[in-house]
Amino acid sequence: MSAHASPIHHSEAPKGWIRHYIFSFDHKIIGTQYILLGLSAVTIGLILSLIFRTHLVWPDAHIWGFANGIVSPEDYLRLITMHGTLMVFFVLTTVPQSGFGNYFLPIQIGAPDMAFPTLNMLSFWTTLLALLVLLSSAFVPGGSAIGGWTAYAPLSAVGQIAGPGQGLGETLWVVSIALFCGGSLMSAINFLGTTIDLRTKGLSLMRMPLTVWGWFITACLALLAFGVLLAACILLLLDRLAQTSFFIPGNLDVSGVVLHHSGGSPLLWQHLFWFFGHPEVYIAILPAMGIISHVLSTFSRKPVFGYKAMVYSLTAIGFLSFAVWGHHMFISGMNPYSALAFSIITLVIGVPSAIKTFNWLGTLWGGKIHFTTAMLFAIGFVSLFVTGGLSGIFLAQPALDLYLHATYYVIGHFHLIMGVAAIFAMFAATYYWFPKMFGRMMNEGLGKLHFWITFIGVYCIFMPMHYLGYAGDARRYSSIESVNYMIPLHPVHFFITISAFVTAGAQLIFYFNFFWSMGHGKPAERNPWHATTLEWAVSTPVPHDNFAGDYPVIYRGPYEYSVPGAADDYIPQHLAPEQVAKAG
Amino acid sequence: MLSRKSSTGSAAPAVLFVIVLLLLVGSTLYFHIAKTWWFPPSITPVGNQIDQQFFITFVLTGIVFVLAQVALAWMIFRYRDHGQKAKFVRGNHALEVIWTTITLVIFVGLGIMAARAWGEVHFGGPAPGALEVEVTGVQFQWNFRYPGPDGKFGRIVTKDIDASVGNPLGLDPNDPEAKLNPVSPDLYLPVNRPIELMLRSQDVIHSFFVRELRIKQDAVPGLVIPIHFEIDKTGDYEITCNQLCGLGHYHMHAMLHVMSQADFDQWEKKQWASLESGQ
Amino acid sequence: MPPHVTVTDELEILGAHGGAKPPAGSGGGGGDDSRSSGSSGAFPQRIYVTGITIAMGAIFMFFMALVSAFIVRKGLGGDWFPFTMPRILWLDTAILLASSGTLIHARRLFKRGDRQGFRHWWAVTTLLGLLFLIGQLVAWRQMVAAGFYLASNASNSFFYVLTAAHGLHLLGGIAALLFVGWGRLRKMTLATGTEIVSYYWHFLDGLWVFLFLLLLLGR
Repeated sequence: MSAHASPIHHSEAPKGWIRHYIFSFDHKIIGTQYILLGLSAVTIGLILSLIFRTHLVWPDAHIWGFANGIVSPEDYLRLITMHGTLMVFFVLTTVPQSGFGNYFLPIQIGAPDMAFPTLNMLSFWTTLLALLVLLSSAFVPGGSAIGGWTAYAPLSAVGQIAGPGQGLGETLWVVSIALFCGGSLMSAINFLGTTIDLRTKGLSLMRMPLTVWGWFITACLALLAFGVLLAACILLLLDRLAQTSFFIPGNLDVSGVVLHHSGGSPLLWQHLFWFFGHPEVYIAILPAMGIISHVLSTFSRKPVFGYKAMVYSLTAIGFLSFAVWGHHMFISGMNPYSALAFSIITLVIGVPSAIKTFNWLGTLWGGKIHFTTAMLFAIGFVSLFVTGGLSGIFLAQPALDLYLHATYYVIGHFHLIMGVAAIFAMFAATYYWFPKMFGRMMNEGLGKLHFWITFIGVYCIFMPMHYLGYAGDARRYSSIESVNYMIPLHPVHFFITISAFVTAGAQLIFYFNFFWSMGHGKPAERNPWHATTLEWAVSTPVPHDNFAGDYPVIYRGPYEYSVPGAADDYIPQHLAPEQVAKAG
Repeated sequence: MLSRKSSTGSAAPAVLFVIVLLLLVGSTLYFHIAKTWWFPPSITPVGNQIDQQFFITFVLTGIVFVLAQVALAWMIFRYRDHGQKAKFVRGNHALEVIWTTITLVIFVGLGIMAARAWGEVHFGGPAPGALEVEVTGVQFQWNFRYPGPDGKFGRIVTKDIDASVGNPLGLDPNDPEAKLNPVSPDLYLPVNRPIELMLRSQDVIHSFFVRELRIKQDAVPGLVIPIHFEIDKTGDYEITCNQLCGLGHYHMHAMLHVMSQADFDQWEKKQWASLESGQ
Repeated sequence: MPPHVTVTDELEILGAHGGAKPPAGSGGGGGDDSRSSGSSGAFPQRIYVTGITIAMGAIFMFFMALVSAFIVRKGLGGDWFPFTMPRILWLDTAILLASSGTLIHARRLFKRGDRQGFRHWWAVTTLLGLLFLIGQLVAWRQMVAAGFYLASNASNSFFYVLTAAHGLHLLGGIAALLFVGWGRLRKMTLATGTEIVSYYWHFLDGLWVFLFLLLLLGR
């Protein structure tokens, strides 16, 4: 039997530009749409961050688009709220998982598409709608929300009286996040269903590329976490619009208005939010871990060191991530004994992360390292992950968190480990898979220039933030001039802002390289990196249903590089044993 | 066999990596040892304990940081493609077990050690005879309320809150005890005496932070959260808000004046006297 | 050896093996090919069962978040005032339980090949579902008539939130019943359609019993 030859329901590519590129059911188009959505969001988020960094250092700088050209304190809070929301939800959650995952998971497991193409399209359009709702909040009376991306109640719950932007702006924020939850849940169902049921013949779980493992575990987390955030958003909306008292306690006097709520609990919002929020951190970083393992192995020309340990540690992180949310709440007034329990579990979750780092180093050890741009970003990721991970050891101890909580130390920590590390994985993924996605190579010289400025730049931005934290500099301050001990920190802020501009400038190289290479890059071979997994077995551009009806069969694990006795230093997963050329 | 651009395996990126990673390690070590931007000295015994724990954590993570970054730099340099064949290794079970165990022991050990300082702050109550002060956060200011001469706090009524008539906390005008509760925009405390602060908020969540105390605690509306400590150095320290509370968050600021018991008694008497004369 | 062996080559070689599992120690899991390969001409039908199971997991977590909020909020004490449970909810519960029974019967008839009987009982199930929803609306009217509004007290708020969230999910269930019973399934077989709708329906039924007990005992 020509095994998997099956006439798939839509083996014909849809006709018409709109069906093909806009309302597409094809996972590759949807993946690309997600990536472009993320690219738009990251661009806006980056520009916003440059504006608030500028404001911190030059408070009187005239900036186009603001009243009188000046960024007011509420504008500053709008900027950081929008920056955080865009980056966490629409970039870190969206691109590594829904973007690259959508594009490559079906190909890597030998499937024609996602299990539920219509649902896939729906989840993209829901996410896009969520983004538009969020952005629209900038244009309503009162402007967008100033409550931070964590939207702590009651600041987020009592409405306009808590500050400008806390009226309609905050409502739109909540609606946007609720929509985003819906889109992510649909997407998670698709990822799980696809991985469970559509793997091709011979692709056992322990032969899946680590990218697929990353996406799979992430989908499990998303499935369990976003439902909780959705529930929390609904309760928050009711508090805001229907005068209920889920999160608003009694006897509040906000801006001279006595509120008629009673008995609600601000901590309840924090518990629900962080029950989602901590898995969310891993939703952002697990796909990145998969991508990095994949790229490191390819360009070290070695199997991933400790493949099974990698899989088990991914799974362990997934499980534990649901039991550590309290470490965001050490100073919230929660029970001090449960704080200790959360602290210990948080330190324990550091163990599988450390295991991954050791195994990445093990993968490099004894390798034959090719410094492609993708590889540079992967190595950069490991360095960032080590740095950002170690600062987490401080924050995991409640006694130390007492001092560091809500200072720039925390900003430095999570930007390195969650923000920049995940962005590095996205860059690695882009440089690595671009030839498959667009049939052309990206320019390696520009890529390397982009890497070096970015790598040095992010360290220059985020390392000094740790020092600001030691000095007690509080985050979310639109000016450091009101606190005497913060005023001497001005030169550090100045250095950070300058570094931010240089680093952001380097991203222009990336934009240019990305769009220019689409049309003018060197044409790519089918398998330019001499890699082993299935995406490199299909032709470029990838046919509409990936394998044109003939599904490959998998004979071995995903990272068979430099196998002794073989002629080539890589053996693709789908090559039958008798086809593997012997050395000599 | 593969025609590969020489640059992919050349020494240049490897050397650059080594330089950048060494610079990272060097500058990080420098700023931690030179303490260019650093914690102010602690003014409580618990603060000293916390600093001790900080020190242990700095040393441990510092060692790991240096080892990991240097190992990374070394491997990149040592195993750059210079025509060698890659080792075919799938992993090493013994190594996995060893490094898992070691990290588990170090991490959990740190956590258990840190528990002591945490317990000092949060388990158990204040020592007897502690001075109780009520701390109330409101957009965007702190108010500190002291007990009357009889050591009691009077009633507070939300609808009586009106800062414009000098009653920012809503002290009940019908409660004689409330009338003798001094309310101050700055915090005055005696040195070497157990203190208990009762944190509350009138509107949204605020967070009480004094660097020198090494204590940060949210003031949550609907809750009264106690924190306790004993200060062993007089001086003036800054109190800031550390939980986003609205557009004036950045200037929600107050001073902590730590004075001798005698000075404090005098200050307190003056407050009571002015309240009584105000009747 | 050429750098790129085409995929079709391998499949021919595979054919020589008579479709056996690939050699090289296939470790289970991957592609239970008895169902995934060839025959049905579309995605294997089991993906729909997998999909609905996963979706139910997400819905379960959503409700568990609401339920834990309920428990925590009630535990705060102070301002929690119980409401009078609308009597019609007992009847509603009975209706929903009955609908699960008729659904089981409909599927049994379907498996026997009795299409007419299947459609008949499928319709009865759909009607019972609609009846349940109407009953829920009546329950809301009874709450309002008794002065228990959405924002009156947290206990009331939770009553409305939980019943509304469940009702919306049940409305989806009714849509699925209608679609499978009278719509045109494209990729899904009718057997799969009835199977997954019944799983979802029984799940919502069980969820309702749980929520009803929670509200009854916890209000």
